[in-house]
Amino acid sequence: MSAAPWQPAGTVYGVLLNFRNEYERWQPRMHEAPYKAPPQAPVLYVKTANTGNPDGGTVAVPTGMTGVAGVEAGAAIGLVMGEHGPVACALLNDFSLPHASYFRPPVKFRCRDGFLGTPRQTVPLTSLADLATLQLQVHVNGALRQTVELSQLMRTPATLLAEVNAFMTLRPGDVLMLGCDVGPDGQRPLLQPGDTVTLTAPGFAPLTHHIGTEALA
Amino acid sequence: MKHARILLNHAPERGPLHAIEDDGALRLDDGQRVPFEAVRWLPPLAPVPRARSIFALGLNYADHAKELEFKPPEEPLVFLKGEASLIGHREHTVRPADARYMHYECELAVVIGRTARHVKRDQAYEYVQGYTVANDYAIRDYLENWYRPNLRVKNRDTGTPLGPWLVDAADIHARPGGPMNLALQTTVNGQITQRGNTRDMVFDVPFLIEYFSAFMTLSPGDLILTGTPDGVVDCPPGAEIVTSIEAIGELHNFIRQG
Repeated sequence: MSAAPWQPAGTVYGVLLNFRNEYERWQPRMHEAPYKAPPQAPVLYVKTANTGNPDGGTVAVPTGMTGVAGVEAGAAIGLVMGEHGPVACALLNDFSLPHASYFRPPVKFRCRDGFLGTPRQTVPLTSLADLATLQLQVHVNGALRQTVELSQLMRTPATLLAEVNAFMTLRPGDVLMLGCDVGPDGQRPLLQPGDTVTLTAPGFAPLTHHIGTEALA
Repeated sequence: MKHARILLNHAPERGPLHAIEDDGALRLDDGQRVPFEAVRWLPPLAPVPRARSIFALGLNYADHAKELEFKPPEEPLVFLKGEASLIGHREHTVRPADARYMHYECELAVVIGRTARHVKRDQAYEYVQGYTVANDYAIRDYLENWYRPNLRVKNRDTGTPLGPWLVDAADIHARPGGPMNLALQTTVNGQITQRGNTRDMVFDVPFLIEYFSAFMTLSPGDLILTGTPDGVVDCPPGAEIVTSIEAIGELHNFIRQG
């Protein structure tokens, strides 16, 4: 019998627009209403504990919710914090319902039950610099759909950590995700009920989730 | 009954202790009575196995929305906070050196008592463990229009005093109007600057429990900060801010220059 899968002990934070590709696509609109200016501080969000969904689990797409065409996969590396900075990495699938506006906090898009795919184990972190060349791959039903290059981060892990810690302390057990890139088409892979999504990255165990449906009351 | 979590000033190594309010003093679980002055107050929340979800509402009083030049929202404007932003009664909140406008927000805070999923508003009160007072400070200088209000405004270390008491839900529900008929007030150095009543919330407590539990599971210990009414003002370094809610408590906080 295997040990219980890892779960984040603390609060999980995500960051928006931390990949060059997505940032540059947004840049022409950043001065328009309602944004009016490019973001200065890292644009953060919280993934609540109810989102935790261990490897092999099912992610439910709400049916009957206006405008919902599926759930986006969000291949991400999360830094797991220790007493004095990050001590481990987790390969995470930061699922989200598509949302065209980044004006208001995305709670009902990102914090639904099961919307954070979590691995069975984390991987010890020896050096943040090792992440700079890491590649993540998103496979849907066995076919490669997206390759994410951590070399394309807007803020490196060290810079992001410093800017976040400047106003909020990341505590032992907290997790800071480095962001989710979009593909060449400007979208994150959109998943439909019946799909199976697997994330892979060198040094990490594959992370698989199945997409199902949730009938809204 | 009013519950607190405290550290004894003379024996902090005993760790966080549960206490109840007892005729102007604190009574520990072992029966010992200690005066309020002999303790350090912690947020009145029992530890939870996973990170607690801390929801906060923006623009949830029509008059405050008007003050901020917003229409009241058609669905709750909700943001999330991390537990690291919470501090207890009589603690200090840091005002950043470059801040020009930092304001308090006196808020009724709901503590969830039972796992809640797809709860209807008629049953919502059964899922409440109790109520406390939150002061949800904002540094308006840092407001940006990306996932607004952004975490640099609302999720700062020391930025969310909570307490002093967790008041049992039954005590509040037994009152006429329950949690939706409580006067709120804030003072800055003794001057009243904010007055309101929870009856003026746009989305009331039962609505919010139904709303959140429709798409996510609420767990015991989760918190909902229900927004603040009109009357927020700048809080200078050294100021004593008292946010109070009828029948729940008076939460004292001091502003420290960062």
